[in-house]
Amino acid sequence: MNMLQACLLLSSALFCIGLVTALSRSNTILVLLGIEIMLNAANLNFIAFWRFSPAGSAPATGVIFVLFSIAVAAAEAAVWLALVIALYRHQQNIRLQEATRLKG
Amino acid sequence: MNLSASSLWLIPALPLLAAAIGALTPRGGRSLASGAAIIAMVGALGLSVAALGTALAHPAAHLTDNFTWFSIGTDAVRLGWLLDPLTAFMAVMVSFVGLLIFIFSLGYMKEDANFTRFFCFLSLFAAAMLGVLVANSLLLVFVCWELVGLASYLLIGFWFHKPSAAAAAKKAFITTRIGDLGLLLGMLWLYHVRGTLLFYDGGNGVLEPSSLALLSHGKIAGGIALSTAIGLLIFCGAIGKSGQFPLHVWLPDAMEGPTPVSALIHAATMVAAGVFLIARVYPLMLADQHLANVSVHALTVVAGIGAITALLGAAIAVGQNDIKRVLAFSTVSQLGYMMLALGVGSWVAAIFHLLTHAFFKALLFLGAGSVIHAAHHEQDMRRLGGLGRRMKITFATFAVGMMALAGVPFLFSGFWSKEGILHAAHAWPVSQLPLIAGLIAVVLTAFYMTRLVAEVFLGSPRSDAASHAHENSPVMTVPLVILAIGAVLLGLIGTPAWPWLQSNLGGVVVPAESIFEGPGLMVLSIVLVCLGLGVGWALYGWRKRRDAFAPDPLAVAMPGVFAALAAKLGFDEFYALTFGRLNQLLAVVADGLDRWVWGGIISGVAWMGEALGTFDREMDESGLNGGFDAASEKLRGVGNAYSRAQTGEAHGYLRTLAVAFVVLALLLLLGGVL
Amino acid sequence: MNLTFALIAFLILASAVLAATRRDLIHSALLLVGNWLGVAFFYLWAGAEFVAFAQALVYVGAISMVVLFAVLLTRRMRTELPLLVATRDRVVSAVLGGAAVFGVLAVAVLRTPLDTNPAKPAGSVSMLSLGQQLMGPQAAAVLIVGVLLTVSLLGAVVLASSDADGKEGAP
Repeated sequence: MNMLQACLLLSSALFCIGLVTALSRSNTILVLLGIEIMLNAANLNFIAFWRFSPAGSAPATGVIFVLFSIAVAAAEAAVWLALVIALYRHQQNIRLQEATRLKG
Repeated sequence: MNLSASSLWLIPALPLLAAAIGALTPRGGRSLASGAAIIAMVGALGLSVAALGTALAHPAAHLTDNFTWFSIGTDAVRLGWLLDPLTAFMAVMVSFVGLLIFIFSLGYMKEDANFTRFFCFLSLFAAAMLGVLVANSLLLVFVCWELVGLASYLLIGFWFHKPSAAAAAKKAFITTRIGDLGLLLGMLWLYHVRGTLLFYDGGNGVLEPSSLALLSHGKIAGGIALSTAIGLLIFCGAIGKSGQFPLHVWLPDAMEGPTPVSALIHAATMVAAGVFLIARVYPLMLADQHLANVSVHALTVVAGIGAITALLGAAIAVGQNDIKRVLAFSTVSQLGYMMLALGVGSWVAAIFHLLTHAFFKALLFLGAGSVIHAAHHEQDMRRLGGLGRRMKITFATFAVGMMALAGVPFLFSGFWSKEGILHAAHAWPVSQLPLIAGLIAVVLTAFYMTRLVAEVFLGSPRSDAASHAHENSPVMTVPLVILAIGAVLLGLIGTPAWPWLQSNLGGVVVPAESIFEGPGLMVLSIVLVCLGLGVGWALYGWRKRRDAFAPDPLAVAMPGVFAALAAKLGFDEFYALTFGRLNQLLAVVADGLDRWVWGGIISGVAWMGEALGTFDREMDESGLNGGFDAASEKLRGVGNAYSRAQTGEAHGYLRTLAVAFVVLALLLLLGGVL
Repeated sequence: MNLTFALIAFLILASAVLAATRRDLIHSALLLVGNWLGVAFFYLWAGAEFVAFAQALVYVGAISMVVLFAVLLTRRMRTELPLLVATRDRVVSAVLGGAAVFGVLAVAVLRTPLDTNPAKPAGSVSMLSLGQQLMGPQAAAVLIVGVLLTVSLLGAVVLASSDADGKEGAP
């Protein structure tokens, strides 16, 4: 097991923790934080591959991708804050399992 | 003054424009409508005189201006204008008499609420009539002919709120239409044979020698030449329009219209259109004359009809009590004279009589109109009387007209034109019967005109209306005077001593001897006129009627004859019993056919449609709908099943994603891809 | 394996696990801040200094503030409800699902032969080249991200603002 694999295992573990958080918690904020964790795990992968990639590959692609990802995450955070507030105003709580208006 | 054939269309166009102005003028615009009509007639008169100048410069020529109306494939329908002395003389007469009658109408129709409409119709009539005269195509003649009939219908029924006027308009229209059907058939047949309806077209027209040779060459069944058949069909139109026997019944009823209308349309111009038409197509009517082996010549029929009409009209006029009806039957009789002249081969005499008759009959009708207007629409001569002292101008001019019509010798135009006809009839080689009929009609004419004048103008007033009558304004009397002068002077241009009109009409110089065979016939007719006048005076002038209810002297003398004449010899009743009854029978049959046969078929079809519809509906509801409903139900069930998966719970979705990812990755791993 | 990586990995995973299991939202949020810091450290360790600073600024500085705002604005829900039967089932199924995903990922990572270049020196990407990349070939992407940020901010304002008739504002 080399360093790259170690990094990837770390990223996988982080991703699964985020997944479990998102699946198990009923508070919308915590579900969204779990998703945030999963996003970070994906970013970890980018940097790991960039760091341990063979010589001669594109110089900074992974770094640039992560930068964009962070920017999108910022935008996403703004939107989910608004969503949480709207949800709270709508149903007086932020339990995600109660927000089932759109069921079939 | 000259007017070329190509600008001949202006003559009818002017009154047409006036009619359009009249149609667009509101009721209040009386002076606009009447002014436009009268100015248009003055213009038409001027143009007609100019055209006459041109025509007299080339009396033997037929000046034409033809143009293509429209083309269908290689066939072109061509129309045109024709200028010859016949057209020009007629146009001058129509526009001159028309102008005077228009002016008379200003006074006569003064109180009428629909004054503008009246002048609109009059202008329309004048335009159509002038159109008949200048047309160089039988088709164009037919179009204007029908327009004339329409204007006549509108004007007879001008006071349509009177049921009798509405009925008379209808009767006139339908009766003339029977004749027009013959004209239409003749026209179609002619077009079928010749491919053109132009009268004169540089050698290709239907009235030119090559065409006539072709037409008289062909025979149809019964030994009748083709030209005879076509000519007689065209003559049918003339019978209808000119009130000839047996279609004369509409003309007396047409007197329901305003009196100027009666004067213009039903005395001077329109009813003469039939005579004009036969004169126009005279070469066609003559085409069978040289054929010996035919069963009938067209002109023989014309002469026979004319003779019967002349005699019949004069006889019935004797028994009438309504001023206008007397004059109407007189018109029928005079038109019969003209047809007689045509039939015996002297179209020039017919046209001469047409022109003189237009003047003195218009004069008589306008005089009658003057009387009627003064006597508050009292038309029954038994309830008039004594008007001669109160209406001196009317009396004088009416007397002139009466003497012209009766054929009082030497001074009056009617005498010379009637003499022309009688001489022509005498010279006819086929038969002397038309001459005899004409001579009898001369006696009757003199008799009934004496009766009319004596009853209306002499004696004492026999009603309030008559005793309060007074002379009309100059707008009505001046036209009377002018027409009276015309009725006298017009004879001068056609006397045997100076046959100017006859020579110019036909384009060949007529020697005096050909229309005047000697004093014998003239003396005879003068004697007959005097006989008629004398008997009339003896019965009506000598012993004057005392009151409106006294029996007619003739009825006392010959009650059966008078009753028959008063009933117009029962033509109306006869037609009602035969054609009317037949028509009713046909209507009943048609109604039965409609109700039971066609109606049955249609309701059968409708029933079948209904049955099919019911069948369709059943099919739909039980078969198709069931299937679709079941399918829809299935679809709905499936949709419900799937929608149950849409729980709305974000956790569920996320979990599904995770499981799906695991499954997918495992599949890839086991498949050896990674 | 080296010690620095192990420490960073421990920080990341421990903070994440604790954040996922804590009942108090505030605690979870603060522990997540630790988690994000750990990730930033990882970037530093891997030689991507600029990304590390961006991570620290955006996540630790901005998004953590947003999370705290959200928590405070909805603080009536500050504590989780007691675990119910249905919730426990969900937790169990979530753990099982996460374990399955981790298993699959780990197997995939361990079984894949990866060509690595451990000799690559740290800090190999300079600020200059990064800037040239962003403003040169990636300029369109930068612009699009800018538009996306603007639009999402506007959308967030619309979503969060009170209704037009002013029925009820945020508590």
